[in-house]
Amino acid sequence: MMNRTLFIDPSRCIGCQACVAACRECDSHRGKSMIHLDYLEEGATTASMPTVCMHCEDPVAPCAQVCPTDAILVTPDGVVQEALKERCIGCANCVHACPFGVPKLDVDEMLMYKCNLCYDRTSEGLDPMCAAVCPTGSIFYGTLEELLGARPGAAASDIVVFGEQEVRTGAAVVVPATPVGVGVGAEQAAVPGGYAP
Amino acid sequence: MTNRPIVPPGVGDFREEGAEPAIGWETPAPAGSRLVPTHCCYCGVQCGMYLKVDPAGRVFGMEPRDHEINRMKLCPKGVTAYQQVNHPDRLLYPLIRDRRDAPFRRASWDEALDRVASEITRIQGAYGRDAFAVYSGSSLATEVTYLMGKFARVALRTKNIDYNGRLCMVSAAAANKKAFGIDRAANPWSDMLDTQVILVAGSNVAECFPVMSNYVWAARDRGAKLVVIDPRETPLARTADLFVPVRPGTDSALFNGVLHVIDREGWLDERFIADRTVGWDDVRRVVAAYDPARAAEICGIEPRLVEDLARMWGTADRAMAFHARGIEHQIQGVENALSIINLVLATGQIGAPGKGYGTITGQGNGQGGREHGQKTDQLPGQRDIEDPEARAFISRYWGIDESDLPHKGASAVELVHMMGSDVRGLLGICNNPLVSMPNAHRISRCYDSLEFHVQLDFFLSETAARADVVLPSAVWAEDGGTTTNAEGKVVLRHTAAEPPGEAKRDWWIVGQIAERLGIGEKFRYDEIDDIFEELRWATEGGNADYRGITYERLEREGAISWPCPSEDHPGTPRLFEERFSWPDGRARFNVVEWQQPHEPVDDEYPLRLTTGRTVAHFLSGNQTRRISALVEQAPRPWVEVHPTLGFENGDPVRVVTRRGEVTYPALVTEAIRPDTVFVPYHWAGAASANLLTVDALHQLSKIPEYKVCACRIERGEAATPAPPPPLAPGQTVDPTAARAAADRRPPSAPQGRGTGQG
Repeated sequence: MMNRTLFIDPSRCIGCQACVAACRECDSHRGKSMIHLDYLEEGATTASMPTVCMHCEDPVAPCAQVCPTDAILVTPDGVVQEALKERCIGCANCVHACPFGVPKLDVDEMLMYKCNLCYDRTSEGLDPMCAAVCPTGSIFYGTLEELLGARPGAAASDIVVFGEQEVRTGAAVVVPATPVGVGVGAEQAAVPGGYAP
Repeated sequence: MTNRPIVPPGVGDFREEGAEPAIGWETPAPAGSRLVPTHCCYCGVQCGMYLKVDPAGRVFGMEPRDHEINRMKLCPKGVTAYQQVNHPDRLLYPLIRDRRDAPFRRASWDEALDRVASEITRIQGAYGRDAFAVYSGSSLATEVTYLMGKFARVALRTKNIDYNGRLCMVSAAAANKKAFGIDRAANPWSDMLDTQVILVAGSNVAECFPVMSNYVWAARDRGAKLVVIDPRETPLARTADLFVPVRPGTDSALFNGVLHVIDREGWLDERFIADRTVGWDDVRRVVAAYDPARAAEICGIEPRLVEDLARMWGTADRAMAFHARGIEHQIQGVENALSIINLVLATGQIGAPGKGYGTITGQGNGQGGREHGQKTDQLPGQRDIEDPEARAFISRYWGIDESDLPHKGASAVELVHMMGSDVRGLLGICNNPLVSMPNAHRISRCYDSLEFHVQLDFFLSETAARADVVLPSAVWAEDGGTTTNAEGKVVLRHTAAEPPGEAKRDWWIVGQIAERLGIGEKFRYDEIDDIFEELRWATEGGNADYRGITYERLEREGAISWPCPSEDHPGTPRLFEERFSWPDGRARFNVVEWQQPHEPVDDEYPLRLTTGRTVAHFLSGNQTRRISALVEQAPRPWVEVHPTLGFENGDPVRVVTRRGEVTYPALVTEAIRPDTVFVPYHWAGAASANLLTVDALHQLSKIPEYKVCACRIERGEAATPAPPPPLAPGQTVDPTAARAAADRRPPSAPQGRGTGQG
């Protein structure tokens, strides 16, 4: 896990879409929101959840693994960058490969877009737009220690399981604290990924 | 286009076709841009934010700001608020129509102001001074709200001035005055971090005050329990430790029942009752009749929930209660608030860290706007206009004869209902009653019967669109001034830009009218700062004492809670630590007997209709229905119905009340009581929820009963279109607004449409 990263806590999400509005304000892709905000139980509850790029470390992010032109680069700080515009051929391999459904394809420009952790901001020490504005801290940006300081008793996981396949992520998901203890590690329960069929 | 790749649903859609702001994107930030600190223009939280301003003085973006209220957090309205500033729908010059049925034409300021002044003179000459009324609002800076009160009393000398907080805060205000002798939230929200139980009654906090959610979450991180009382399972209620889904219009029965159990179990704070309150015995006798079975029967819930709520509150060392319009928008709104206050007082949960109570103000300046005299029964500093001492003080301060200072006039809805008889002319500012007032057909008829109507606004609202003269004003970012948030914190806005075209700041416009009425010398200000200086001295010694607050201090300190009687006073974040504001220092219990809503259900109208907000829009929508990102999130109104009522999601469902009928797409959801339906009220025209609502008013506060009336629902043909917002001559409909007008679908959830497709 990166030093400072995103922590997603679906239980706090109120579905207001401040993250979506703020993502559009990002200078690197102004007008395009890279966040998926889903209402999870339509017709039953108001439950909602943001999906941001999880900046996978598995060992290289699936989107980058399958990119035929090596357009998706990972910076040394672990941020999986958006496809380089001069290399991207709009093939949509990354769209299919991403287990979280994050990359989007602009079919008019034939270019891939995805969250780059507001690299223009985070590389200068600012919070990414979504985490800065999120009214509930459902999207939190910081270190694990900062998260635990703000939320005594919280726990986080950076392993997401899709069936047989585990994906280790650079961003993390806040999970209910378990008797195993607080923190990120092998004993921490993995987070189920994807939607139940 | 050839060889389009196949992409899974949801990943090829930016939902951004219209999210392009009407002003376009400006990126990257031009060299020499600066950040202007200010606060949001929308709700009572008053989040701090920066506006990005380019070297030419043009606002082109926002940046989160680490202010003590919100610590950078913003909701989707706050993020996009800046898009109003250079919006193509802005009014750029005065508009006049020569006859009721004639279209608007462009006019000069001189022509428009002369027309306003001559009509004021004519109408007051023919029908008396009180025949010309002022209807104001609480999204204005405190300085302007003070000015509107002074303008009505000193320049027009009319008693008929009131404000749109009458549709919002008056029930809570009246209850607070009756119980505590003062009208302000008792605690800063940071007290929540130190509490064990948070009770939220009748407030969809997550959608109406999103950033307040973070205080609630932070409290829960530290072990606090959350109880939510609401007919709908709102986003906050969904995760609450205890959710009490009461029937609309029954709140006071619930709280009487809770107090009954607390008394029965001996969870009272006897010492607090003895030392700091008056009137417990009478309340005790009344709540004795509200055993859990009876309370639960009235509220339509399990008796267990009354017991559980009583146990949770009664056994906590520290607890805090919050409420908003859900319990206040009723003909028992004051009593509902008092029934919660009784609970707070009986358990001594007030006046200490983690112990407290507060109402959550709806508008940005819902607190400041109800303190300084635009309320018809009030003079600056939360003074009573019928109090001889207050009248003498303010008359002297304004340099007028006390006998010339009008007395109390009509309250907002009554004032509109008097149009055509006792009210013949109107100056309206900062409101849109054709969308926001109940029983809208009647409101339209009232406005149509005015002989003259001038409206100030920065966008052509539905109400401005039917005025005789429209004066183009500044948006919040184009002026300074202060607001007072839901916690009683006074904060400072900064001017980020000049008004566009010929638009002017509110206080300049009011001053110019006063000049033409021959009383300009009392309304000459060089900048809004001058009005604050006048205002703060006018509040000296009043309940809401601002005397010690200055712009310099606000710059330095960020926020100051009133009362603040001197410049070396730190302000008062927490009230009632030592005493309450009654002369004897004691709080008052008030007996509350639950009563039926104005319009009980019957065979013909068997369901209860309740109305409210959605997170993407604000009040009558005049500001937010023009912001493309917000329109995409929530393009049109809908009706929420429980699955047991027999409709499929998206079915056109006609909602019928004794006032009107509207067909909405159904959002079928289990997150609402089966005997209740919900419609959001931000939209206009034939799709307006207020065509359905009842205009019954609380006897004392005069708040309308928006939150409960009787209705029936039936299968309709097609959802009623929600018209795009009105435009001035020469303006064109924004493409997103046009698409929204043709939309017939319900949202994915009450918070709007998800961003995925398919």
